[in-house]
Amino acid sequence: MKFSNYLKSIEDVSIYPLITLVLFVLVFVSVVVYTFMISKQDMDERANIPLK
Amino acid sequence: MDKFYYDNKIVKQFGVATLFWGIIGMLVGVLIAFQLAFPALNFGIPYTSFGRLRPLHTNAVIFAFVGNAVMGGAYFILQRVLKTRLFSDLLSKIHFWGWQLIIVFGAITLVAGYTTGKEYAELEWPLDILITLIWVVFGINMVGTILKRRERHLYVSVWFFIGTWVTVAMLHIVNSFEIPFTWLKSYSLYAGVQDALVQWWYGHNAVAFFLTTPFLGLMYYFVPKAAERPVYSYRWSIIHFWALIFIYIWAGPHHLLYTALPEWAQALGTVFSIMLILPSWGGMLNGLFTLRGAWDRVREDPILKMLVVSLTCYGMATVEGPMLSLKNVNAYSHYTDWTVAHVHIGALGFNGFMIFAMLYYLVPRMWNTTLHSRQLANVHFLISTIGILLYAIPMYWAGWAQSLMWKKFTDSGQLQYQFLETVTHIVPMYIVRGIGGTLYWIGAFLAVYNLYKTMKKGSFVDNEVAEALPLSAQPIPVKQHWHNAIERKPVQMLALSFVVVAIGGIVELVPTFLVESNVPTISSVKPYTPLELHGRDLYVREGCYTCHSQMIRPFRDEEMRYGEYSKSGEFVYDYPFQWGSKRTGPDLHRIGGKYPDSWHYNHMRDPQETSPGSVMPPYPWLLEKELNTRTTPAKIRAMQKLGVPYPEGYDKISNEELRKQAERIAAGLKGSKIEVSADKEIIAMIAYLQRLGTDIKK
Repeated sequence: MKFSNYLKSIEDVSIYPLITLVLFVLVFVSVVVYTFMISKQDMDERANIPLK
Repeated sequence: MDKFYYDNKIVKQFGVATLFWGIIGMLVGVLIAFQLAFPALNFGIPYTSFGRLRPLHTNAVIFAFVGNAVMGGAYFILQRVLKTRLFSDLLSKIHFWGWQLIIVFGAITLVAGYTTGKEYAELEWPLDILITLIWVVFGINMVGTILKRRERHLYVSVWFFIGTWVTVAMLHIVNSFEIPFTWLKSYSLYAGVQDALVQWWYGHNAVAFFLTTPFLGLMYYFVPKAAERPVYSYRWSIIHFWALIFIYIWAGPHHLLYTALPEWAQALGTVFSIMLILPSWGGMLNGLFTLRGAWDRVREDPILKMLVVSLTCYGMATVEGPMLSLKNVNAYSHYTDWTVAHVHIGALGFNGFMIFAMLYYLVPRMWNTTLHSRQLANVHFLISTIGILLYAIPMYWAGWAQSLMWKKFTDSGQLQYQFLETVTHIVPMYIVRGIGGTLYWIGAFLAVYNLYKTMKKGSFVDNEVAEALPLSAQPIPVKQHWHNAIERKPVQMLALSFVVVAIGGIVELVPTFLVESNVPTISSVKPYTPLELHGRDLYVREGCYTCHSQMIRPFRDEEMRYGEYSKSGEFVYDYPFQWGSKRTGPDLHRIGGKYPDSWHYNHMRDPQETSPGSVMPPYPWLLEKELNTRTTPAKIRAMQKLGVPYPEGYDKISNEELRKQAERIAAGLKGSKIEVSADKEIIAMIAYLQRLGTDIKK
């Protein structure tokens, strides 16, 4: 596969996609978990800021 | 209760500037649209030729029209959702006038031919520095405002503005590294493949973070305001923000599919582009669903109409973008007018209508009156919507038609169409597109008139009174989440946004920078001669890259039409790269040696003489102007600094070498009965064109 041909010359290249994937999943999961943890009342309060 | 005043004056200034530059930028757009059908409209002078006006159009609409709108809109929103006056009136003033100065100087230098030759980043190095300074002023003013707020939470619009500020700063700085060799000219720090990667990482994210994220900030404020109800789901908006800024930054390489860019980078670009559909559509639907229960008003209210069409166009453009990032689609769409249509769905529909909706909302409120004519605004909406359709549909058609014609073979395996035939075939579509653009412009003009009358009718409130509890007097909520902590500390939020976008940039760019093997060297590829270097700079000055690519993709039709496909190692001395993104004319990467010098001479003097039906403008001034050789040594030294292996002391003998080569070319032209002195610009241009793509044949 050409993809690996390019990449194999980079030292410890496997760490790049790994770090990336971990970071991406971490941020995504935390954001999703966070948003579902907040109470509806809290969310409503924030959503209403422009209308105050 | 604290009593304080919102600064409306700065919003008014940015708003007026938005309209002013919008009218000019769009008018230039209409002119260049018609130039493609009627080359006589280039008027035979350098300052009005397509290659110089096209960057003027893109820069004017992006940085002047949209830029002023975003800044004005952000200043209006920040004050209201943070319940405070802007941090510093002085900084606001410096920001406004500094930005206008950049625009004016930018317009003058672009028309005068001072350009870096990198799309959407054409302004030269002194302006790059000025942009950085003014952007910092904007940042200080924004963060300062957030710090002195009277609202505990940062509303989602503010996040989008923070994300915009941080990312644009990073993109602009990284892409603008250049080595100056005169007061107004420089060479990019990067060459060839690396330059292309950095440029399209920038170019793509300029669309993302200058034309999209700030508009989502506007959307999350103005849609609820206009619909008089809160955003459909605040939860979605949080996910929307983080997902969008995280994913967007990675998708840049989709502008370089099938090019000499390493394949892993292309694959990365495609995957992240597909992922982008989710947050983009989530955001669009969040905006549209906000209108729940208010759809009956959409029938009458021009502001809501524009917002609905704006969001619909956002949805269209963001599903089309990922589609164009698929390699099999891109093989057809790239270099054609399809991309132009795609961009204008976003620019005219999403950005343009969002801006006009915002102005129709803001002006009556700040002038304490009602809109001069609702009916006129509805007419504006109608005319401009028809304008968008008349713009986009012919361009989609032209893109498809031309691409299919390019790839069409006869039964005996020959290319069926000459390049020129594919151009003359779509000229009627160019005319309809021009009419569509004109209609959109007329709509914009009606808006200017309507808003002017509204301003005349009302009386401007430059300091709007407001009241709010100071933050210290507000109760602290018992239950806290980690995101609350970030939200309360805007500097942290800024840093975190930076980390998120920087990760994408680093992973994408670093491997290409560090690893030489990513760009295999070709031993026969040598630096340009001084004369060719001058010719290349003329190529950049005249904006040839706006219509010609220098990147042959590995397809049967392209190899047959233009020659062997382009290799990354062929561009190692190209500061900046000139791959281009659109083929209004044919690819030029292997033009060297294809035609005699005399053909190029006659073609530049009058393209229609050598290629009847061509839409290329003539370049008579290249035949008359003397080449400025005073800068040759400085150019050579700058190149040496960048690592181009000219021998030591070459700068001192460079003009002598230049003269010798120029005289050889002039003598050759004389043999073809063309009398021209060796010191004219055309000689350098011919030298460069004849060198293009020939090294690997040696």
